Amino acid sequence: MSALVRLVDVCKRYTDAIALQPTDLSIERGNTTVLIGPSGCGKSTLLRLIIGLVRPDSGSIQFNGSPVTVDNIDALRRRIGYVIQEGGLFPHLTARANVLLMARHIGKSPDEMQSRLRELCELTRFSDNLLPRYPVELSGGQRQRVSLMRALMLSPELLLLDEPLGALDPLVRASLQKDLREIFTRLNQTVLFVTHDLAEAIYFGNKIVLMNEGRIVQKGTVTDLRERPADPFVSEFINAQRGIAAL
Amino acid sequence: MNRIRKAGKQGRPESGNQESRKATHRRRSFRVSSLPHSFLIFSCLPAFLIHSSSAAEIAIGSKKFTESYVLGEIAKRTLIDAGIPAQHRQGMGGTIILWEALRRGQIDAYPEYTGTIAQEILKSDRALSRDEIRNSLAKLGVETTESLGFSNTYALVMRRSKAQRLGIRTISDLRKHPDLKIGLTHEFLDRQDGWRPLRERYALPQRNIIGIDHALGYSALASGSIEVKDAYSTDAKIEQNDLVALEDDLHFFPKYEALFLVRSSTPSDAIAALRRLEGTLDEKRMIRLNAEADRTKSYTRAADLYFERGATSGSAADESFPHKLARWTLRHLQLAGFSLLLSVAVGIPLGIVASRGGAIGQLILGFASIVQTIPSLALLALLVPLPFFGISVRTAIAALFLYGLLPIVRNTATGLQDIPRSLRESAVALGLSPVARLWEIYLPMGSRSILSGIKTSAVINVGTATLAALIGAGGLGEPILSGLDLNDHMTILEGAIPAAVLALLVQWFFDLLDRVLIPKGLRI
Repeated sequence: MSALVRLVDVCKRYTDAIALQPTDLSIERGNTTVLIGPSGCGKSTLLRLIIGLVRPDSGSIQFNGSPVTVDNIDALRRRIGYVIQEGGLFPHLTARANVLLMARHIGKSPDEMQSRLRELCELTRFSDNLLPRYPVELSGGQRQRVSLMRALMLSPELLLLDEPLGALDPLVRASLQKDLREIFTRLNQTVLFVTHDLAEAIYFGNKIVLMNEGRIVQKGTVTDLRERPADPFVSEFINAQRGIAAL
Repeated sequence: MNRIRKAGKQGRPESGNQESRKATHRRRSFRVSSLPHSFLIFSCLPAFLIHSSSAAEIAIGSKKFTESYVLGEIAKRTLIDAGIPAQHRQGMGGTIILWEALRRGQIDAYPEYTGTIAQEILKSDRALSRDEIRNSLAKLGVETTESLGFSNTYALVMRRSKAQRLGIRTISDLRKHPDLKIGLTHEFLDRQDGWRPLRERYALPQRNIIGIDHALGYSALASGSIEVKDAYSTDAKIEQNDLVALEDDLHFFPKYEALFLVRSSTPSDAIAALRRLEGTLDEKRMIRLNAEADRTKSYTRAADLYFERGATSGSAADESFPHKLARWTLRHLQLAGFSLLLSVAVGIPLGIVASRGGAIGQLILGFASIVQTIPSLALLALLVPLPFFGISVRTAIAALFLYGLLPIVRNTATGLQDIPRSLRESAVALGLSPVARLWEIYLPMGSRSILSGIKTSAVINVGTATLAALIGAGGLGEPILSGLDLNDHMTILEGAIPAAVLALLVQWFFDLLDRVLIPKGLRI
């Protein structure tokens, strides 16, 4: 299995602190890689580096074997879906317009867009009656489904999810977790999923990447982390969430 | 002393200077090609205001006081009666502005006074003979008519009763009464050839001297808050207010024979027509015409009187109030509307740049704020001496445009800056091009703030546009200014009330516009 995205020695420093120490990471095709760690550990920065919202200070990021540059970043972004915690839906556009925004921008035909939209509604279990609604008229879970449809609209090679379920109540969250995992499997989607919740990481992750203070502490399965911790922090993190993980 | 005239004497008829505007725009548009690029935007703006008029039309100018209006109107009628198309651009300003307009060919003729020509135009420090004046002007491409028949001399005036009680008949007599309160127009007070040399010549002892507006000075005189003021010998108010002009026994004030200055290139039939006015107006008759203009608040009535048409005239003097109101309002909306359009077209892009912060952003917001701190009156005054602007609609629109800029720039910048970072980043992460991000995401999301900036600008512009009348650009400021000059509250209200109503309507209109332009998703 080849790597879709490869980070080599990528480092990011903000004026006041180091956000990401020099880091290497590969994201394998068809897998769900989960980035986990406490707040401020650098997991969101890593995601934002890949989608080009921040530029690395040093090191290189490769997508499909070729380096990501300022010139090709906009084209690459169209091959990457990105979902954030609050959904990032534009409040002045309806659910439909949000989903179709990019397709329209690159001039897809109306028929093509319509059929893809139907597919996505079915995939994400989103009622198409709700498509003419504005984001404020939708529930949190519905908004995240729309946001997911928007991310999947152009059939991206990579899906980046930055704590997509973080703001949802537990019931909605559980049903979306289930749907999401089904979708990833069905699409054989390459996913990079950021969460701070170990249970969620275990539920989704073929591969878990634990981060702390701007660096990757350990990569592996949950069993690796639990039984062969690379660092006292790993045990500490897992024990802190044991109650949930035991479920 | 002649420059005093432009600010001093203002008995300004309410019918103002609307007709002249057409000529203003027509002429202005000729000169555009030689102007710097940045001005081109302004050069096209009066295009929609232009009325077509024939190229051979003669343009008569006049200064900003009753007598000049009346003379200008008489000249226009004379030309038209002779079958020559003519326009009258009333109240363009003072001597220098009229003279420059004449030299540049913006006007073909205007009424002037010999003393003014010698001192202000030819800059001579002594009185010049008629021949000397004629020869000097001929070199500058300007001809003069003979005297129209009267001389408008400067004078100090007092209430007749007061003067009689104190036994004052001449200016020299003032020496015996050092406690008299004197109120003078600001211009006369400040001029090097005004109050100071007069006081020296007559060794006047009075120290109690205040500066006061010419029209208000008459009220002050009547109420006794001042006892002596400056005036013109043909000023109708002298008689109306039962004042007496003190004799200039030391001959301080030069003679001011009224005549017309005409460009030498003016068609000879037009010059000949104007020459027919020579010697037709004696002092008494001029006073009567000025009085008629003041009484009826209409210079055309006064001109009627000259042609002895009296009440038979059906000209603009009889324009009904609704018609006048419509004309003022339309012009007002044109001024405010066009300047607003420019403010929007320039302000939104500037606001977008400013929203990115940094030194340039600070610079833009700083500049816009500074413009806003300049009083609107001062802004107009600052623009007038600049080349290309001058006394014109263009200047009024430029001033209003600058004034309307800040609210739009600031609200555009804040509207865009207030968009949450997560949404900005979502737009970037989707792969939208920068232009698409701006048009499809940022501007619609900032629309509420941007529109409220535009609304603020619109209301400011509607209010400030009343000042446009100061430089002859018309609008609802016209009756307000006339009313101030004539001390006539009804006339002031004729402009002030519609202007206030207009501001409310504009506010209401923009509230409606909000519902159309702000995306529904942002209003739920």
